[in-house]
Amino acid sequence: MKHNSTLKRALQDRILILDGAMGTMLQRYKFSEEDFRGKRFADFHKPVKGNNDLLSITQPSAIADVHAKYFAAGADIVETNTFSGTTIAMADYDMEDLVYELNFESAKIARRVADEFTEKEPHKPRFVAGAIGPTNKTASMSPDVNDPGFRAIRFDELRIAYKQQAEALLDGGADLLLVETIFDTLNAKAALFAIEEVKEERNIEVPIMISGTITDASGRTLSGQTAEAFLISISHIPLLSVGFNCALGAKQLTPHLEAIAARTDVAISAYPNAGLPNAFGEYDESPDQMATQIREYLDKKLINIIGGCCGTTPPHIEAIAQIAKEYEPRLLTSITTLN
Amino acid sequence: MQNSTALVGSLQKKRVLKLSGLEPLVITPESNFINVGERTNVAGSKKFLRLIKDRKFEEALSVARDQVEGGAQIIDINMDDGLIDGKEAMVTFLNLVIAEPDIARVPIMIDSSKWEIIEAGLQVVQGKCVVNSISLKEGEAEFMHHAKLVKRYGAAVIIMAFDEVGQADNYDRRCEIAKRSYDILVNQVNFAPEDIIFDLNIFPVATGMEEHRRNAIDFIEATKWVKENLPYCNVSGGVSNVSFSFRGNNPVREAMHSVFLYHAIKAGMNIGIVNPTMLEIYDNIPKTLLDHVEDVMFDRRTDATERLLDFAETVVGKAKESTVDLSWRKEPLQSRITRALVKGIDQYIIEDVEEARQSSEKTIEVIEGNLMTGMNVVGDLFGDGKMFLPQVVKSARVMKKAVAYLEPFIEEEKKEDKRKRKEQGVKEESLEETRAPRVLMATVKGDVHDIGKNIVSVVLACNNYEIIDLGVMVPPEKIIAEAKAHQVDIIGLSGLITPSLDEMVFLAKEMERQNFEVPLMIGGATTSKAHTAVKIDPQYKHAVVHVNDASRAVTVVGNLLQKEKKVRYKRDLKKDYEVFRESFLGRQRIKEYVSIEGARKNKFQIDWRTSEIVTPKELGLQIIDNFDIAILRDYIDWSPFFRSWDLHGKYPRILRDEVVGEQATELFADAQVILDKIISEKLLTAKAVFGLFEANTVNDDDIEITGKHFDRLSVTNNSNSHPEPFENHIITNKINSHPELVEGQVENYIFRTLRQQSKKATGRPNIALADFIAPTASGIQDYMGCFCVSTGFGTKELAEKYEAAHDDYNSIMVKALADRLAEAFAEYLHKKVRTNHWGYAADEALSNDDLIKETYKGIRPAPGYPACPDHLEKETIWEVLKVKENIGVELTSGLAMWPAASVSGYYFANPEARYFGLGKINEDQVKDFASRKSISEEKAMKWLAPNLAD
Repeated sequence: MKHNSTLKRALQDRILILDGAMGTMLQRYKFSEEDFRGKRFADFHKPVKGNNDLLSITQPSAIADVHAKYFAAGADIVETNTFSGTTIAMADYDMEDLVYELNFESAKIARRVADEFTEKEPHKPRFVAGAIGPTNKTASMSPDVNDPGFRAIRFDELRIAYKQQAEALLDGGADLLLVETIFDTLNAKAALFAIEEVKEERNIEVPIMISGTITDASGRTLSGQTAEAFLISISHIPLLSVGFNCALGAKQLTPHLEAIAARTDVAISAYPNAGLPNAFGEYDESPDQMATQIREYLDKKLINIIGGCCGTTPPHIEAIAQIAKEYEPRLLTSITTLN
Repeated sequence: MQNSTALVGSLQKKRVLKLSGLEPLVITPESNFINVGERTNVAGSKKFLRLIKDRKFEEALSVARDQVEGGAQIIDINMDDGLIDGKEAMVTFLNLVIAEPDIARVPIMIDSSKWEIIEAGLQVVQGKCVVNSISLKEGEAEFMHHAKLVKRYGAAVIIMAFDEVGQADNYDRRCEIAKRSYDILVNQVNFAPEDIIFDLNIFPVATGMEEHRRNAIDFIEATKWVKENLPYCNVSGGVSNVSFSFRGNNPVREAMHSVFLYHAIKAGMNIGIVNPTMLEIYDNIPKTLLDHVEDVMFDRRTDATERLLDFAETVVGKAKESTVDLSWRKEPLQSRITRALVKGIDQYIIEDVEEARQSSEKTIEVIEGNLMTGMNVVGDLFGDGKMFLPQVVKSARVMKKAVAYLEPFIEEEKKEDKRKRKEQGVKEESLEETRAPRVLMATVKGDVHDIGKNIVSVVLACNNYEIIDLGVMVPPEKIIAEAKAHQVDIIGLSGLITPSLDEMVFLAKEMERQNFEVPLMIGGATTSKAHTAVKIDPQYKHAVVHVNDASRAVTVVGNLLQKEKKVRYKRDLKKDYEVFRESFLGRQRIKEYVSIEGARKNKFQIDWRTSEIVTPKELGLQIIDNFDIAILRDYIDWSPFFRSWDLHGKYPRILRDEVVGEQATELFADAQVILDKIISEKLLTAKAVFGLFEANTVNDDDIEITGKHFDRLSVTNNSNSHPEPFENHIITNKINSHPELVEGQVENYIFRTLRQQSKKATGRPNIALADFIAPTASGIQDYMGCFCVSTGFGTKELAEKYEAAHDDYNSIMVKALADRLAEAFAEYLHKKVRTNHWGYAADEALSNDDLIKETYKGIRPAPGYPACPDHLEKETIWEVLKVKENIGVELTSGLAMWPAASVSGYYFANPEARYFGLGKINEDQVKDFASRKSISEEKAMKWLAPNLAD
C-alpha cells in the first residue's frame, strides 16, 4: 500500500489513464486449447479455451506483454487479468480451487510490469488495479422469468467469493481494487462488504474504484437502478472513484457521468467501449473517433480517471492519453482526507 | 485513520439523508414530510398478516403496490409475527418486491425487532434501505455491532429512544438517549449523521393515566431539541399511537393525528408512519374538536381528557342522555350498579351497594354478583371497542370504591364464620383466613410495554385481587421464583412486541417443567388466541388463557379462581384451545404439504453403516399366559388414572393438591382397596403375546418382516392383506387355526407405515416409522417386534357385579384400573424385551418414573396413536402374532381391541427411533397406501380420514 499516497497525489495532479481491453488484446494471440492448458493443465478434464484468467498461469508472458503495451501507450493504471477470478465465475471451468492462485499471479505479473515502468519513468508512477468482475450470477434478479422470487446466488456466497479474490489480489501486490462492470448493485455491495472485512481484519486502507454499467438507452443498470440511485447505494464505503464502464460508447455515457459527477465529491472514472458493437459484434470506433468523444468529458470537466473497455487497444489509450494531457482533472476537494 | 465526522461530511455533496430503491429519494430540509407506507406490516395490517400467513405473496405484493401508488415514499416491511417464519417471509417477500419495478422504485424500510430478520433483508436489497430499528436496549456493544453492520450493508437506520434502563418516556430521557446514541454512532462507528433517524417514541395521550398526560408534548419538545443539537439527523415516528385510546372513533383519531403531525413537523419530525386515510386536514378540523384535541396534546387543562372523552361521544354521534339526567336513578338496583360502572359514576355507588348488601345473605355476594355483573358489561363494551381505555379505568375506580365500602362487612362476616366453625370443633389450621387471590403480573423479558398490563392490574386490584406486579423486562427465572415465593394463584404475562411471544412460550415450558399448576394468562397487543392455542397452550398442561382486553381479565380471573366453577372452566378452556388449535393447524396446513415422493426424499436418515443394530437374543414369537398382576402394580402410571376421574395433576403431587388433593387422596385409597382385591382374588387375568423378527424396510415406507424364526407357531399362507372388512360384530377367527410348528418355515409380512407429509423446515425430516429400520438395500439385517398385552380379562364381569349392586363408583374404578394395568403391562413387557428377550439394553436401570417419562432407548408406538394413527395395521399385528388365537384379544369392527384393557404396538430398537406425530397426510399417500396394502381406496380413505388434509 506504499503507493497509496502517490496515487492520491497523482489523482489531484492530472487525469489518470486506465488501460484498455485485455480480452481484445488476447484475441490477437489466437491461443489454442492447448495454449490455454499449458503443460500444467494438459490433462484437465474440461475444455478451458476462453478462460482468459487462466492465461495468467499458462501464458504469463502474454499477459505481461499486454500490460506493458498499455503502460507504454500512456496508462497510469492497468487492471489485473482477473475479471472472472471468483469461485462463482470459475465454477464454469471447475477451477474454483485455482481462484487464489489466479488472482495472486495476475496481480504479481501486473505489479512487476508496473514497477519496471515506474523505475524507468519515476515522474510517472504506475499502478495496479485488482479487477473484481461482476461474476456470472445476479443477487437481485431471478434468472427464471416464471419465478421472479428465485435467486441463483445469495449475498453471503458472493461476499465469501469476493473476499477471497480481494485478499489474493492484495497479496499479489494490487495498489487498489476496482469493482467493475456492475450490472447488479447488490453484487457490488457484497464485494464492498467483503473488502471492508479485509480492511478491518488487516487493518489497512485500500483505495476502491467502483464502476457500474448502464446497459442501454433506458439509462439504468441491468438491475434497474438509475445512475443516481446506483451512486446512493454504494456511497456508504469510502471510495477513491465512482464511474461507469462497458456497454456504451463514450458518447452514450455522457449524461450518466454528468448525473453522478454533480452528486459526489469522489473522483469520477469512465472507461467506455470503443463505440457500440457493429453488425458483426465488433467495436470499430477508431482511436481518434473515441478520443474526440472523450474530449467532451474533458471539456465538461467530468473526469478524473479515463480508459477503455471492450474493443479498445493501446492506440486507443494512446490517443486518449494524448488529449487528456491538455486538460485539468475534475476538481477534487476531499481526496486528501481519504487517508 | 481519519477524523470521521469531518470526512463523512466532506465526502457528501450535501449532508442530507439519501435513500434509494431503483430510483433515488433525497430528503432535504426543504422536502415535505416523508410518508412511510405501513400496510406491508404484519403487526399493523391484519389483511397483510393473513396474506403472508396464507402465503398469498402475489396479493401481498398488491398491498405494497397500492402503498406506492398511493404516495408512500418508503415502504415499511415487517414480518414479526409469532406464527410466521419471519426471516423466510422477509426474504421471500423482498425478493418478489425487488422484481416489481413499480414497487421497487421506492426505498425499503426493513422493520423487525429481530436482528437476524433485518440482516436477512439487508442481504437481498440492492438499494439503500432504512433499518427499523436498533437501540441501546441491549447495551452499547450490541448497538455498535449492529450499527457497524448496518453501515457496511449501506443502510440508514432508525434509532429507538431506548436504552438498557428502558424506553424513553419523558422529555429528558428522550434527549439523553438520542444524544448518547448519536455520539456513539458518529464518533465511534463513523456512522454518517444524516443516515440517523430517531424514533423518539410516540405514546398515547388521554389514556386516563396521570403519567401519560405529557406524552405528546414531550415528544414534540424532544424532537425540537434533537434537531437543534444533533446535526443532520432525522426524526420519525408511528403517528397512530398517539390516538390509541380512541380506537373505534375515527373522526377524533384523525383530528388527533393531524394536530400532532402539524406540531411535530414544525418541531422537525420529517419522516413518519401515517395512514393517509386516517388523517384529517388540519384546517378542516372543527374548531371545538381542535380545541379539545389541542388541550389534550399540550396538556393544557387537568380535565382535558375527560372533556375530549365527553366530546368524543358527540363526534361519534352517540350522544346519549346528558350527564345531569338522573332518570336512571329510578331504574332497578342492578341496572343502576351496572350503569355506574359503565359510566364510571361513583356518586351513588355506596348507597347502591349498601342496598344490595341489605338484600344479600352474604356481603361477598354483592361483589361476586352485582358488581361482577356490571364489570362484565364493561368488559363486553370494551371488547367491542365501544368503551375506551380511560373509561375502563374509571369503571375500575368505581369498583374499588364499592369494594372498599364492602370490605369491613366481609371481614366481620369472616370472623363470625370462623367463630362459629371453631365452636363446631373445626381444627385451628383449617381456619386460616382465606387470603385474597393473588395474581402475578409481568411484562416478559425483552419487552417494556406495560400500559395494558397496568390497566389489567388496576382493574383486577379493584376486584379484590392481590396483584404482584413485577414490572417490565422480567426474566423468566424471576417470574418463576416470585410466583413460588408469593404462592400466586394466576400468572399473567404481557407483551407487545413479537419476541415476547417466544418468551411466553418459554415461560409456559418452564412452568410445566417446574410442575406449576396455576393458570397462565396471556395478554398484550401481539398475542392472539391463535398463538396462545398453537404455541403456548401445548407447552403447559394446565390452564392457559388468552385475554383479549383488560376488562375481560376480571371475568376470566373470576372464572379461573371461583371455587365451584373453576375445574369445569379450566377443562372447557383446555378443550376450547385444543379445538381451536386443531382447526387452526388444519387450516394452516392446506398449502404446506409435499407429495409423498417428496416426503420420501426427505426421510429421516440413519447412517446404517454406523448405526448400532443388536440381534435379538430370542427371535420369534412368545406367549405369556397368566401373568402375575401383583408385579404390574409398581409399573402403574397413576396420573392418567386421576385424569380419568377429572382430577388433573401429576401423581403423587396431586394427593397434596390444594384443590383436588383431598379428593385425589380419597380416590387413590379406594383404588388401592380394589387393586388389592383384584390381585389377591385374581379377578383379572393378564396375557401377552409378542414377537421379534428379522426386518428390513422395502420401498421406503414398508417394513418387511421375515417369520422364519417363528418358533412357537408357524403361520399361514395369508398374504399381508386381510380378508374383507369385518362387519358389525367382533371378528371371529377367520385365520386358519394353529398348524403345527414348522421350524424354519419362511413367511413374510409387511407393515405399512405412513409418512409425515407436512412441509418441513430445512433440515427437518418427513418421518415414517419405516425410517427406523435398515432398508434392504443397505445389506444390513435389522429387526423389529410387535406385541399385544391385555389385563382386561375379567374386567367386564367384575364391573357388572358392581353395577348390579348399584355401585357405579367401583364399576368405573375397575375399568380405570384395568386400563392402567394394561399400560403397566405394556411398559413392563417393553422393559423385559429391551433387557432380556431382545437384550439391546441389557444394562438398563431405569426407575418407574423414567419409564413413565419414556427415557429408555427404542420406542413402542401403537397403531391408532400419533406416529401411526392408522388402526388398520393392527390387523397385520393380529396376523403376525395370531393374537386372537394365542391370547384371545380380538379386534372389533372399529378395530378397537377387546377386552378394552389391552395395548398393542410395535417395537423399534434403534437408538435414533423416536416418537413423532404423523400429522395430516395427503390423498396421494392414501392412494399409495391403498395400493401397497391391496385394499380399496375407499377403505383406506375411510380409515385414514381423520388424518387426511382437507
